[in-house]
Amino acid sequence: MTKRFSPGQLVLMVVALAFAVIWLAPIAWAVATSLKPESETTKIPLQWFGSELTLDSYRLVLGTGGIVKWAINSTVTSLVVTFLTVLFSAMAAYGFARTQFKGQRGLLAVILAGIMVPPQVLMAPLFAEMVALGLVDTWWSIILPQVAAPLIVYILYKFFQDVPPELEQAAFVDGAGRWRVFFTIVLPLSRPVLAAVSIYTFIGSWNNFLWPFLVSTDPNTMTLPVGLANVVQGTFGLRYAQIMASVVLAGLPLLVIFVLFQRQIVRGVAHTGLAGQ
Amino acid sequence: MTTTVAAPAAAAPVTEAKVRRGWTQHGMLFVAPFLLIYVAFLVWPVLLGLRMSLSSVNVAGTNNHFIGFGNYAEAFSDPLMWHSLWNTVVFTVLSTIPLVLLGLVFALLVHNLRFVQWLWRLSFFGPFLLPSAVVSILWLQMIYPPGYGLINGTLGTDVPWLTDTSTAMLSVVLTTVWWTVGFNFLLYLAALQSIPQHLYEAAAIDGASAWQRLRSITLPLLGRTTALIVVLQLLASLKVFDQIYLMTAGGPENSTRSIIEYAYDMGFTGYRTGYASAVSYILFVLIVIVSLVQLRLFRKRAEVSS
Repeated sequence: MTKRFSPGQLVLMVVALAFAVIWLAPIAWAVATSLKPESETTKIPLQWFGSELTLDSYRLVLGTGGIVKWAINSTVTSLVVTFLTVLFSAMAAYGFARTQFKGQRGLLAVILAGIMVPPQVLMAPLFAEMVALGLVDTWWSIILPQVAAPLIVYILYKFFQDVPPELEQAAFVDGAGRWRVFFTIVLPLSRPVLAAVSIYTFIGSWNNFLWPFLVSTDPNTMTLPVGLANVVQGTFGLRYAQIMASVVLAGLPLLVIFVLFQRQIVRGVAHTGLAGQ
Repeated sequence: MTTTVAAPAAAAPVTEAKVRRGWTQHGMLFVAPFLLIYVAFLVWPVLLGLRMSLSSVNVAGTNNHFIGFGNYAEAFSDPLMWHSLWNTVVFTVLSTIPLVLLGLVFALLVHNLRFVQWLWRLSFFGPFLLPSAVVSILWLQMIYPPGYGLINGTLGTDVPWLTDTSTAMLSVVLTTVWWTVGFNFLLYLAALQSIPQHLYEAAAIDGASAWQRLRSITLPLLGRTTALIVVLQLLASLKVFDQIYLMTAGGPENSTRSIIEYAYDMGFTGYRTGYASAVSYILFVLIVIVSLVQLRLFRKRAEVSS
């Protein structure tokens, strides 16, 4: 392999650095704008730093806006979506991979076919269904459709098929039942893949826009992206420092999670992406 | 696979067959919770949507009567439907090409760099973690405007990026590439890391240059990944809605209106739910065709490689 400081490495480094600067610039610009006094945000020619660094816009956004409430809504709905999706999908995947029952093949085919259904094309009938069920403007209307995730079942089904049966055999010999084997042996064994699909599901749910946007009209049940979209068209007007402070606050949580859980996120994307094969 | 845990039959009543497949009475219980939600919130809406697309029905469910293929006939004769479908195809082609190529370039760069891996990953993948609303608001309010916008302000230009029919679609594509290239980048990076190192060592011994190793080892071995990424990208781009709705609302003069946005407008601002369902199903059919073509391609490739 190439040596540490070869000219080739240097060229690669410069090219990568140029792209990284371009890719980080919009985020840096949002942060820089959010730290300026409101009167200096639209100065021409543009300046990266204002006359002073101030946290005023953050104070105003956190103090007056609904952003804290929306962050709580997003956190609760995303956590519930992730927990239910992973639990139910893992159970279903195990049922298909390791047990037998009538109509199993047919059911599996129906679930796999569901991978092809894009949620976006179901907006009208799903909305009509939520109206009929009286769930509009509740957390459940945001949560339940996202739990019906056939791709996650497929990924875990593939994984459980490859778990060596010997690992379960010993427990069966000791007289453990299916459920105990599933919860005390199979699930702990699958921790890496469960972490991967959990994080993938959480990111997807946290960033979901169209569906929560359709079913929440009450600012009290809105998720962060929906609340933000409403705010920018509404009360903030053209107060750019406050808008950018909101943007930074809404974008920060997942970036922090990424720095903390890099390995699992990388694996999560690889797993879920490659499962499409 | 044959097990080596050859326990005497008398001592171990549990056979491998039983572990692999058995316990009939529990199987359905494992599947039931997911199945309940799946049927209620995926299978049922698919069927309901099909019925709605064949009916004249509004959001409130009133004035509901069967009209056969009337909605489809109307959609196919509406120039705005065709325009939106065309915009969607243009967006898909324009976005897929740079998203695949840049994803590959970034992955090759980062894979071959030895320092601060986390920084490169954060730079290229970070934007993918931002909600669409955050990305759209940021680009709409602070990147594209003339004067104080980052692009025009830095380049000293005065381009009305999002408000001119000749640049609006390109601007939406640019934002999308910045926002989502990280996903393809990570898929390529994972694929690169799974290429066995000894292939490169052997080639290096044979005196192959870095460029030759890239052309004759890396790129051919990435073929399968590339095919996968292209298809995933096509499927994702055909469904574009968020950033267009939030940055241009389909304008100016419908130049960025996508097919999902057309369905949304018809159903949720025009209150014609039946018609919106028909438009959604037209896109649905398109997506199923792309998926099936993908399945066939992969099956062929798998046969060739095995």
